[in-house]
Amino acid sequence: MSITNGGTAELHVGRALRRKEDPRLITGQGRYLDDISLPGTLWAALVRSPEANAKIVSIDASAARERAGIEAVFTNEDMNDLAGPLPMAWVPPGIEIQNPEHWPLARGAVKHVGDPVAVVLGTDRYAVVDAAEDVIVEYESLPVVTDPEAALEGGPFVHDELGTNQVHEWSLSGGDLEAGFAQADVTIERRVVNHRTAGAPIECRGVLADYRAGALTVWSSTQVPHFLRLFLAILLNIGEEHVRVIAPEVGGGFGSKLQVYGEEVLVAWCSRKLGAPVKWIETRSENMAVAHQGRDQIAYVKMGAQRDGTVTAFHVKIIADLGAYNMLLTPLIPSLGAFVMGGCYKIPAVQTDIVGVFTNKCPTDAIRGAGRPEATHMIEVTLDQVAAELGLDPVEIRRKNFIPKEDFPAAVATGVIYDSGDYNKSLDRLLEHVDMPAFRREQEELRAAGRYRGIGFSTYTEICGLAPSRVTGPGGVGIQAGGWESAMVRIHNTGSVTVYTGSSGHGQGHETTFAQIAADRLGVDPAQVEIIHGDTGTGPEGRNTYGSRSVAVGGEAIARSANKVAEKAKAIVAHQLEAAPEDIELADGKFSVRGSPDTGLTLAEVAGAAYLNLIPDGMEPGLEETTFYDPENFVFPFGAHACIVDVDPETGKVTVARYVAVDDCGNAINPKLIDGQVHGGIVHAIGQALYERVAYDEDGQLVTGTFVDYALPTAAEMPSFETDRTVTPSPVNSLGAKGVGEAGTIAASPAVTNAVIDALRPLGVTYINMPLSPMRVWEAISDAQDTSPKGGVPA
Amino acid sequence: MIPAEFDYAAPESLQEAITTLADAGEDAKILAGGHSLIPLMKLRLAAPSLLVDLRNVPGLQGIQRENGTWRIGALTPHTELEHMPELGIVAAAAGTIADPQVRNRGTIGGSIAHGDPASDLLAVLLIADATVTLQGPDGQRTVPASELFRDYLETAIEPTEVLTEVRIQALDGWGFGYQKFNRRSEDWAMVAVSAVVQQSGDVCQDVRVGLTHMSSVPLRARAVEDALRGAPLTEANIAKAAEQAAEGTNPPADLNASEEYKRHLARVLCRRALQEAVGSA
Repeated sequence: MSITNGGTAELHVGRALRRKEDPRLITGQGRYLDDISLPGTLWAALVRSPEANAKIVSIDASAARERAGIEAVFTNEDMNDLAGPLPMAWVPPGIEIQNPEHWPLARGAVKHVGDPVAVVLGTDRYAVVDAAEDVIVEYESLPVVTDPEAALEGGPFVHDELGTNQVHEWSLSGGDLEAGFAQADVTIERRVVNHRTAGAPIECRGVLADYRAGALTVWSSTQVPHFLRLFLAILLNIGEEHVRVIAPEVGGGFGSKLQVYGEEVLVAWCSRKLGAPVKWIETRSENMAVAHQGRDQIAYVKMGAQRDGTVTAFHVKIIADLGAYNMLLTPLIPSLGAFVMGGCYKIPAVQTDIVGVFTNKCPTDAIRGAGRPEATHMIEVTLDQVAAELGLDPVEIRRKNFIPKEDFPAAVATGVIYDSGDYNKSLDRLLEHVDMPAFRREQEELRAAGRYRGIGFSTYTEICGLAPSRVTGPGGVGIQAGGWESAMVRIHNTGSVTVYTGSSGHGQGHETTFAQIAADRLGVDPAQVEIIHGDTGTGPEGRNTYGSRSVAVGGEAIARSANKVAEKAKAIVAHQLEAAPEDIELADGKFSVRGSPDTGLTLAEVAGAAYLNLIPDGMEPGLEETTFYDPENFVFPFGAHACIVDVDPETGKVTVARYVAVDDCGNAINPKLIDGQVHGGIVHAIGQALYERVAYDEDGQLVTGTFVDYALPTAAEMPSFETDRTVTPSPVNSLGAKGVGEAGTIAASPAVTNAVIDALRPLGVTYINMPLSPMRVWEAISDAQDTSPKGGVPA
Repeated sequence: MIPAEFDYAAPESLQEAITTLADAGEDAKILAGGHSLIPLMKLRLAAPSLLVDLRNVPGLQGIQRENGTWRIGALTPHTELEHMPELGIVAAAAGTIADPQVRNRGTIGGSIAHGDPASDLLAVLLIADATVTLQGPDGQRTVPASELFRDYLETAIEPTEVLTEVRIQALDGWGFGYQKFNRRSEDWAMVAVSAVVQQSGDVCQDVRVGLTHMSSVPLRARAVEDALRGAPLTEANIAKAAEQAAEGTNPPADLNASEEYKRHLARVLCRRALQEAVGSA
């Protein structure tokens, strides 16, 4: 069904409406996990390992148990009734994955700092933390391995019983790599590091579990309540029908809450064991140590190109540091980047070889972008290296290799089909904002004055809207979950609307964008549309929020359910007006006979008829519809970003002077929210490029455990972003929309890195890896000054 | 925040505060803003048995001029220093402390007593010839800033003493420069250099240079001062003197800054601070 709305009333989709959720959030009326209290709640505190690799010799909890207000202390031995270890949901056909058991409380050994060893429960939040300090754990320290390349060479082993630290090998290739390199005039090789970063949501994790009368209710600050319900039911051996998971207001996730965490299982288990509600609120220190982290890939890249800049082959070997255990999707994450390793370029041969490695660090898993920021960084930085080698302009080498718009839908070497794209259009728009001849003149003048300014580009595409089940499911990539999304649209007696979505928003603005989508199809105002999400006890089964899927998959499910409701409404109106259903249209908020708008019925009147059963014979009463939508393909947002930096050549400090982003996410549902996502996404990537880094010392001790040491950038470090959009609709869904939650993060880090290299070329710096901290930049300059201009490639 | 258990007292006079501290023994800590102590308690790196909050003690706030001296109450928040430009180098340094929230609550006395060599004000006190007044059970004593800082987070202040006032020399007519290097605007100084210069024509009559986070305590860059004192304030002389900024330092290294890098920063920042000071005179 097309959206008619009669052509007179303005459509709500496409308008920059203010977020419906903001008034309650900014006036402190949101209800986050820690705002929820149940009578008789016991508090939980975890005893965590200070060791990075050790056997647990003994645990003495006697002193803790004797403290006032302490109800219980549990260790792994108490939890023998768990049906199994924590889940890992990736089973790629034909690939062997080492998957050691991972329990909510350590079983005999700890593998990274922060690994939980015991849980203390009591009536007072302070007392349980005090008591946790009284639990005496005797460890036998074992050798530690933190460098993934060293870990691949041999012992010490993170999991001795495996006799290796290698988790798996996985490859994706298309085209004739050998022939591609044979055709190349130049071949560039680099070691590209995407270092480890944290999700760092403002709200840390938290769980409240209440098991009573055979049923379990769990509130968790999670992105994935439906996945959590499934695994709670399985691991605790409770019928799924008796488990309800609610994600209340969630203060950010950035992928770090796309997880089934041990603490979630543990707190629920404790509630059942003790017959009381149990609550655990994560501290920031815990979050930095044990909430799953991201990136941490070392890539050896090799790109072949002809003299005119035509790229003939791209080969990437990734060593992925997965940390100490596989969590929900840990080893899969680098593979997500492999599908778009060729970027937005027509490269005949692309191959990605991935080796996963265990180290004594916190596990990695999905963090905003999940594999695609790494892949974009690899190709966009390497392409600039090729351009420099060939003496080509970074803009021109991109244009030379763009997949032409006539090719769409475009099958690329990696085997996926890019849905739509017009890469020159976004780059052209970018260059309307950035006057390159003027910039180069200014750059020269500044250099003459000893000031170093540079520009870097990133033209990107990414793969999102996860996911078509036929591609990603058990028979394809091997994820043990469907990629569909559900929506139930319910019209109330009075004509207001409740939409139940299986998508689970945690800051994206679901309540606003989804209401806009439904409103247009039902002839109501978005204010009359309530969006219910994040509660397994309401609405149909869902697949939650990650991978920039909410609009492209969840939004489409809503559109389809709303369309079904509208179709039924037309049949009811046709019955009331004694007209043919095909003659009924929705115009100006009324369902009326085409050409006679005065006689129409509003949605409220239709709903009245539906619930009073004033409807055609044989039609069911009521007015609500459900859709399960499984996309035919992914969607592929794209765009062109430019970053201008100033580098202090004496101190190495990099300042982002200007950042211009042109993004194309297909049709815009709400431009204001797109801007918000793009801004946040860029900050995330500038954070990685310049500031943020999770670091461990050689003993496996976390040295970035607070926001003092883990340098999340603030507004003071950021420029005012300049954003613009082009619109290339997706043919995959009826909205024509693509995801945009991760695009900024996927695009921005190579733009920053290329800009720094551009600034420093006169000083002899030709390549540098993130994070571009002042000291690292200073060292790169010093090294370059010490050797020939072409030498000095820092690690 | 889930700190270890502690008692809390908010005495209403200085004498009561001193008595409370004396009775409580060594595990008591003074709360004077809390922007250093509270984070440590939150991380359970500090677990005082008693917090003696000075908020109700009268007479500990405010800034007064007395002849050639500024008298600053120990509980004066950084924001008041920041917004009094007559304080020169002190105001300049105070304005770079963390963020406005911290500057609104954190105090000069609290910062001094905490003794963190990365804090902005400590080295500035050295070059402003500051003294602090300490009040204890045995009466009052005055300690010059140069004798106050003993080691990392360690000062000459006894556990039973209350820092009541800071006196700094009014450096009227001196030029000043404060160069702080950090990654984010809210961060502690990776290295900072403070400089005050007294000029007579183009000649440096007197100069004092302070180094922040170049040792376990704040330092004076004596070699730089000696090299420049009496010399014409040319760019070349300033640059040459600044080359000695890292002499005699023992900078603590961390993830983001090696010793070598910090020594380099000290030299660069020293030159810039001196140039700023000369330019401002």
